[in-house]
Amino acid sequence: MEMSPFLGGEEMDEKKEIDDRFKKFGTVSFTSVTKVNDFIDYLEKGKVMGTRCQGCGTVFFPPRANCYNCLSSSVEWFEISGKGKLVSYSKLKYAPVGFEEDLPYSIALVDYGDYKIFGRLAGDIPDDEISLGMEMKTVVNKLPNGQLNYVFEKA
Amino acid sequence: MEKVAIIGVGQSAFVRGFPGSIRELAFEGFKEAVEDAKVSVSDIDASIICSAPEYDKQRSPSGVFAEYLGLIPQPTCYLESLCSSTSAGLRMAYSLVKSGLHEVVAVLGFQKMSEISSAESQERMGRGADIQWESPFGTMMPAYYAMFAKAHMEKYGTTLDDMALVRVKAATYGPINEKALFRKPVTLEMFNDPNHFMSGPVASPLRVGDCCANADGSSCLIVASEEKAKALSKKPVWIRGLGAASASVNMAGRDLVTGLAVARQASEQAYKMAGVTPKDIDVAEVHDCFTISEILAYEDLGFAKPGEGRELVKNKETYKEGSIPTNVDGGLLSKGHPIGATGGSQIRTIVLQLRGEAGEMQVKDPEIGLVHNIGGVGLYGNVTILGR
Repeated sequence: MEMSPFLGGEEMDEKKEIDDRFKKFGTVSFTSVTKVNDFIDYLEKGKVMGTRCQGCGTVFFPPRANCYNCLSSSVEWFEISGKGKLVSYSKLKYAPVGFEEDLPYSIALVDYGDYKIFGRLAGDIPDDEISLGMEMKTVVNKLPNGQLNYVFEKA
Repeated sequence: MEKVAIIGVGQSAFVRGFPGSIRELAFEGFKEAVEDAKVSVSDIDASIICSAPEYDKQRSPSGVFAEYLGLIPQPTCYLESLCSSTSAGLRMAYSLVKSGLHEVVAVLGFQKMSEISSAESQERMGRGADIQWESPFGTMMPAYYAMFAKAHMEKYGTTLDDMALVRVKAATYGPINEKALFRKPVTLEMFNDPNHFMSGPVASPLRVGDCCANADGSSCLIVASEEKAKALSKKPVWIRGLGAASASVNMAGRDLVTGLAVARQASEQAYKMAGVTPKDIDVAEVHDCFTISEILAYEDLGFAKPGEGRELVKNKETYKEGSIPTNVDGGLLSKGHPIGATGGSQIRTIVLQLRGEAGEMQVKDPEIGLVHNIGGVGLYGNVTILGR
């Protein structure tokens, strides 16, 4: 076999398990390996989690492994609980490749005060019951294709 | 203070399905700019190639274009900030010239979007936002801007008709811009006719008519030092103010959803550098990727107070004869939006206006013009002020 002049590098790797849990996030995930892969385990337990920096206390959603404020990489998980307020949303009648089966669906932004969460509205809320400023809670949602995300429900 | 000028501008026609490869597309805008500047290709001592990645297979297009356009062995590089790539390129060219490192720099923007389907394009564009935390929800540009539209309507009472009027204005000028993709008039009635394609839903509250279209196109700016500009050009247009800013990629990091913070920050910088105020702007090009985007731009640039942007278009203040003519080349809505070429096309329009060479689109005797060019959903903001 002819050797490539530019080896991928994996030829030299010892065999090891790749932690690609994040590929379960959303209808189509574009990321598989991340330092916050535990987010998926929490979703499987019905919990939506953010991170808090143990160095300076800054709160992050979406969760981060690294703090831009104090440059610490020591973060702890906290559960998203209570209610937020709907900042805005949009109902899609047209979807990017890979999301056609989900139509129609609404993307939305909810403000919890210390942080905001971007996600989807629960599919069963009638259009005329949605209004900006309404109170919402964030819950884990299992998608028909077995993937996991979270949605906003009326609180 | 040494000044920096734009001495040549060019763009291809913006079309669907350009019948050639990306290097051939790039040639069209480049040739027009070089001929406009009346320079020889060998006078250009560096090039900056700008586009949004992943619409074609070519990686690192700068080397390919430099060779094809006769710009080797001069240095070249590739620069991107999504839809504002060419404005970012102009900013970089300004620094290269101002520093004395180069005397004449070509900024070339291009995009050939017709190689992929519209749905694939939405997926690419959606991935211009946060792929780890947002794209898995099925995001796309119209839906993000729709969230801004919804919030603006709720807070200020802006209506669907107000937004549609931006399209009606754009379509007033599409027919007189020979480079534009859409050259037919649009009426408010089309938006209110459920059987007309313009009224079709895309992402609430935005409808088909509220959205610009993908296109293929290229644009080019020839930037020169004061000395070179005075030697080479009869009508140099001077770069008087530059502003640029960035924001949180995830909507979760945005505090403002009724305007774009990057546009406010970039315009403040540009006004300060140029020593002018919004009242001094005689003609403007703003990033109307969606109708709501133009209303936000009026407010973010200080042409109108927050919440009052719609009045400008309702009262025809932003028409050619109004107090602040805006997008009188048809804007992105009429021209089409070949992402990497858009900023250069906007800048070209203002340069032609300031030179008095805009033909049927010419506004009366402008001295100072402004370009507002946004990348992503208010992810990158660039504001450029040009003067005679």
